[in-house]
Amino acid sequence: MSKIVSGATKLLSILVAVPAFADAEVGELEWNLRKGVTNISSDVYDLHMLMFWICTAIGVVVFAVMFYSMFFHRKSRGAKAANFHESVKVEVAWTVVPFLILIGMAIPAANTLIAMEDVSEPDVTVLVTGSQWKWHYKYMDNDVEYYSLLATQQEQINNKFDKGENYLLEVDRPLVIPTGKKVRFLVTSDDVIHSWWVPDFAVKKDANPGFINEAWTRVNEPGIYRGQCAELCGKDHGFMPVVVIAKEPAEYDAWISEQEEIQRKAKEEEQKLLALNMSMEELMEVGEKVYLASCAACHMPTGQGLPGVFPALKGSEMVTQDIPAHIDIVLNGKTGTAMQAFGKQLSLRDIAAVITYERNAWGNNTGDMVQAKDVNAALTGN
Amino acid sequence: MSTVAEHSHDDHDHHHHAPSGIKRWLYTTNHKDIGTLYLWFAFIMFLTGGAMAMVIRAELFQPGLQIVDPNFFNQMTTVHGLIMVFGAVMPAFTGLANWLVPMMIGAPDMALPRMNNWSFWILPFAFLILLSSLFLEGGGPNFGWTFYAPLSTTYSNDSTALFVFSVHIMGISSIMGAINVIVTIFNMRAPGMNWMKMPLFVWTWLITAFLLIAVMPVLAGVVTMLLTDKFFGTSFFDAAGGGDPVLFQHVFWFFGHPEVYIMILPAFGIISQIVPTFSRKPLFGYASMVYATASIALLSFVVWAHHMFTTGMPVATELFFMFATMLISVPTGVKVFNWVATMWRGSITFEIPMMFAIAFIVLFTLGGFSGLMLAITPVDFQYHDTYFVVAHFHYVLVTGAIFSIMAAVYYWLPKWTGKMFDITLAKWHFWCSLISVNLLFFPMHFVGLAGMPRRIPDYALQFADFNKWISIGGFAFGLSQLIFLALLIKACKKEGEPVSDRVWEGAEGLEWEQLPSPAPYHTFETPPVVK
Repeated sequence: MSKIVSGATKLLSILVAVPAFADAEVGELEWNLRKGVTNISSDVYDLHMLMFWICTAIGVVVFAVMFYSMFFHRKSRGAKAANFHESVKVEVAWTVVPFLILIGMAIPAANTLIAMEDVSEPDVTVLVTGSQWKWHYKYMDNDVEYYSLLATQQEQINNKFDKGENYLLEVDRPLVIPTGKKVRFLVTSDDVIHSWWVPDFAVKKDANPGFINEAWTRVNEPGIYRGQCAELCGKDHGFMPVVVIAKEPAEYDAWISEQEEIQRKAKEEEQKLLALNMSMEELMEVGEKVYLASCAACHMPTGQGLPGVFPALKGSEMVTQDIPAHIDIVLNGKTGTAMQAFGKQLSLRDIAAVITYERNAWGNNTGDMVQAKDVNAALTGN
Repeated sequence: MSTVAEHSHDDHDHHHHAPSGIKRWLYTTNHKDIGTLYLWFAFIMFLTGGAMAMVIRAELFQPGLQIVDPNFFNQMTTVHGLIMVFGAVMPAFTGLANWLVPMMIGAPDMALPRMNNWSFWILPFAFLILLSSLFLEGGGPNFGWTFYAPLSTTYSNDSTALFVFSVHIMGISSIMGAINVIVTIFNMRAPGMNWMKMPLFVWTWLITAFLLIAVMPVLAGVVTMLLTDKFFGTSFFDAAGGGDPVLFQHVFWFFGHPEVYIMILPAFGIISQIVPTFSRKPLFGYASMVYATASIALLSFVVWAHHMFTTGMPVATELFFMFATMLISVPTGVKVFNWVATMWRGSITFEIPMMFAIAFIVLFTLGGFSGLMLAITPVDFQYHDTYFVVAHFHYVLVTGAIFSIMAAVYYWLPKWTGKMFDITLAKWHFWCSLISVNLLFFPMHFVGLAGMPRRIPDYALQFADFNKWISIGGFAFGLSQLIFLALLIKACKKEGEPVSDRVWEGAEGLEWEQLPSPAPYHTFETPPVVK
């Protein structure tokens, strides 16, 4: 008896403890769709459960009949086969009844769908652009834009370090949105098709190159919400998470003006730095960091690329000979290939550093140095 | 009848000037030989595609990258899908059609025997081309078996040309096979074998063949557009040249959704043959089964965009495709109800084919339920491209299509070889497969709902426990198929107890009633009369 009581208390304590752990994503065994943090996501969850229970009920009835006959109508129990094999009445019944059940499902589904697709009158609009393998966020009402990259260390992925609690679901710069406001997402892509997905908002929208899709959310609770790219987009499809922070509107306003200020200052700073020359050591140090963050996914940390897929930089003509051509391909990319235009992704200083790094790493040893002003000259045509 | 046929059989083996050895198989125009070739080819492809699934499951056994790099992982998921669809399931059904359609309708052979030989023998080359591309620099196709543009055009490597070529050959083979089935059924039915007397396997295959002829050219078209986009500067799928990447998906799924029914309608036919036999009772609602099959086939042409709900379609389009998709569950439900009604008040025994058929009914229906859930657009936004979808289509394809193929092989194998297969091995095969396949695919529902996207080589930590069990289930299911291999080798060596002509007590139809076991090399040179 006491065992049962202690078991029951344990069970109860687990049940009570569940809400407290709801935010902790570490190793929690999740079984079901999340209810999420928006009215829509909660409607979607209810629809999911409705469908689940209807299917379960139909399954129980059909299989109960089947298992009944498997047990009681066995030859080994002496069952003699009947000879009926037709009944129009029964056929009509089991055509019409499922049809009526379907109508019962279709009505709430259509209502939710129509609500989900109503993107009118947004309070905030963010342009979400996917590219191999990162997300770019641009606030349409403010002068703020930035890339959001996977923050999990390569060593964790390669099993050299222990994996952190948000392994593969963490980024360097999350998207920040206000709670209680209708946030519209314009979703597009720079290269292949990606899909921007945050389960807690029940928002999943394909990012199609050359076209703009719309989606929206209104988040009820502040918090950190994690998702992933949902459409196969090449080698590192599994490594481009989405992280969204929802802040109270006042906090959000403060954050966005702060960001505007920071980005404005950074642009000014960049212009000032043009006059400054960096040393080889500095360029190589910065260049390596930039290379690992932006280039190594394709060209590999060793500069050897993936034969037949991504070209090697080690010993390649492109990075050992003509400097302007090298600057040009990094700035503007190469159409018809996976090589992106990094001119809009990286600062002048970072581009200068990474080009210098590529020209001198892995035994390329050209001794060439590229400075921010050289990159700026190529960019502005001077 | 039986003795005459037996005699001609011996006559063939010993006195005929037919080629022997490898030439017999290369030159054969006999529907039984070609059926055997198709079935063995499908089984070899099943093991090959299965080996790739083992690589996938080994990599996903725990979080982190351990065994393969992401690029190779993507090649594995892509080629696994292509091989299982075009190399395993479809040829297996064609093999069954070759063996069974003439015997079931009382024809001496397929109508176009030379084309039959040709349609089989181009297949191995198609798959050699596809598999060889894996060994090229940069590897084989890595853009998923659905090969969405522009990942498969601008962003793919040059081996894509080989992929396109091999898909063309597979398509030609399927179209020729389908033409053969249609011509045979239309022209070579025995006297008295009118339309509404045809066994359901023949009916479902006839409808499948029409689906094949309708959509395989669409597949050929879409891979050709992809080829010209990649190599010849067209812009069907490139917005920069006035095209649209979503157009690719419309064309692909206009092929792809009927393709799903191509892979399941013959399965419905098989189950409709097996359940009455072991219930010792005629199939319930024969006519409604035929009409349901035809309705499913017709509806399959107007539901394709349910694969594309997240691509950003107008809400009216989404509603149309949601409603049309939900509608498919009505005729599919009718089928399941008819099978259950056939069993009701029967006199049921549980021989191996019946065990597979019952497993099919339960597990396919489970896949049908998740399919109905996926039809609901607002919820599909959550399910789409997660493991929930992977669970769904593996339930309908593995425990659906493949279980039905196994049921069919166990059901007709004694008729083909004249010997009962090793029942002990068959029971091991059934139970090991049944348990492991559910350990493999059932938890995929949970990881999918919890948010794990498909086609990723590494995953967040909360998915780790389920993935470990899924992988264990996968390895066990893979190993279980080696039992089947052993059984089939024994059967081909003609080991086992001789069987009667009817083989199964409740079996009905020309192949059981009018042909000896084993069925002789040439059957029905004079047509039987069907009353």
